[in-house]
Amino acid sequence: MAATTLVPPPVQDDTFLDSNELVLNMGPQHPSTHGVLRVILKLDGETVLGADCVIGYLHRGVEKIAENRTYQQFAPYVDRMDYVAAVSNGLGYCLAVEKLLDVEIPPRAQAVRVILTELNRLASHLLWLGTHALDIGAITPVFLCFREREEVLSIFEKYCGARLTTHAFRIGGLQYETYDTFEKDCLAVCDLMQEKVKEYHDLLTGNRIWVRRTTGVGILNAADCKDYGVTGPVLRAAGVPWDLRKAQPYSGYEKYDFEIPTAKNGDTFDRYIVRMQEMEQSCRIIRQAVESIPEGPIKGKVGKVIKPPPGEAYVSIEAPKGELGYFVVSDGSLNPYRLRVRPPSFVNLGALDKMCRGTLVADVVAIIGTIDIVLGEVDR
Amino acid sequence: MRAKRPLRRPVKRKPAEMPSAPWEGSVPAALRERFGEAIETTQLLGGQRLAIVDIGAAAGILAMLKNERGFDYLVDVTAVHWPEKEKQFEITWILYSFASNDRVRVKAAVGEGAKAPSATSLYNSANWLEREVYDMFGIEFEDHPDLRRILMPDEWEGFPLRKEYGLIQQDADWVRENLKIESAQ
Repeated sequence: MAATTLVPPPVQDDTFLDSNELVLNMGPQHPSTHGVLRVILKLDGETVLGADCVIGYLHRGVEKIAENRTYQQFAPYVDRMDYVAAVSNGLGYCLAVEKLLDVEIPPRAQAVRVILTELNRLASHLLWLGTHALDIGAITPVFLCFREREEVLSIFEKYCGARLTTHAFRIGGLQYETYDTFEKDCLAVCDLMQEKVKEYHDLLTGNRIWVRRTTGVGILNAADCKDYGVTGPVLRAAGVPWDLRKAQPYSGYEKYDFEIPTAKNGDTFDRYIVRMQEMEQSCRIIRQAVESIPEGPIKGKVGKVIKPPPGEAYVSIEAPKGELGYFVVSDGSLNPYRLRVRPPSFVNLGALDKMCRGTLVADVVAIIGTIDIVLGEVDR
Repeated sequence: MRAKRPLRRPVKRKPAEMPSAPWEGSVPAALRERFGEAIETTQLLGGQRLAIVDIGAAAGILAMLKNERGFDYLVDVTAVHWPEKEKQFEITWILYSFASNDRVRVKAAVGEGAKAPSATSLYNSANWLEREVYDMFGIEFEDHPDLRRILMPDEWEGFPLRKEYGLIQQDADWVRENLKIESAQ
């Protein structure tokens, strides 16, 4: 080893002590980022000056895989994107391929799809509520939410054998007929939820700590929501009554009577209220669908070999997180030529920087929770 | 040992075509009037509005659709790679109007190495969406404020969603250097 000469330490910049800017790295291994999200925060004391998201830690190349699988083979993969709301992912994918094939789905299959998708919305919102409250410091709700979520998941388990990555739907309709006590179980979950949502309200809505931690935090107004492409409960909390189930109904949603919950301020508390009301509306849809479920076949006229004509289609649905779109390009072969997923979590996360500016570090945790992201869907 | 029987192939039928009709109305008429030759076709493909345009006019078309026709929400920006075509990449912008509840797709072809116009000055949502297109296809967007990779690591070589990129292809040097393993497969 060569002899080292002593190098004098670099002269400190005179401005160093004056500047208060600090770069703080949060994640990817951080419990409140709901997965492997890394946020680089620029701080002035406790105040956030800017946030840069580093994503891609969970990138599995789903869109590339799609090009190398047949249409049926790819269907289970979509469940692995938003694994909290796998049924919604499956519905969007099936609708997109059905649009290319131009097939009609029997009414019974449509009704069962609506029931399962709304049950999944309940499960997704319950998981969001529990973890969001946990992030902010309320420990109790997470146990209660998981208890109720269990009831929903056990319906999925009885219906198709899987609890999370369900692969419940097939292109053209359903694979399985409903089981014997399906209707009864669904109504039981609705009754249970009616009661339990009240319990969550008792725990959180009037809670002074909860109100102070969420009111006025992470405000995103309607104009900014549209500018950043933010959809779902975040947009509705900003006062825009826009829901694809009403705006461009699919799978027979036009038959059911429900409301679009909205709020005014577009802050974290408003988003919480909107999602809570959405759970009640989901129960309302499930009740109507269960009571009017028609008899008949559960699969449309789709061959064993799925070969859509050359062309392209974009179909989107209202997933629990926002607009979930599938853009499928077919070249007339057995595999999709190109399959693009328009993930709500990814686009909504793009507004994180805007929402974080000027808030405190502890609020960043609340804001990440309130956007309701699933990193499996952000990174695909 | 059982003799190998050839697999029965399904009967080859000519694939049907997606129903297509010309898209009439005030939006395509206004587009044609303003941009003339740059609008190649306007059609309803399977009932969905689609305008195929020249890449040179794409920025103007998006600005007009946003500012004059109320398409205030950029849903998605994505691309498709067609290696055998002269202009290899097709960029699709999906727009939505809250006021009229309409969806429009604008599609333009761009060649290898050519730049596409960025929609970031019109819509903030274009920022991440265009970064993803750049990341996956290597298409550069002009005047994008922050054109970095988004899902793949910054130093990764190659653009995964191009057709010549293999399904299990990887940047071997990057994997060796950063993950300290011989192969990620």
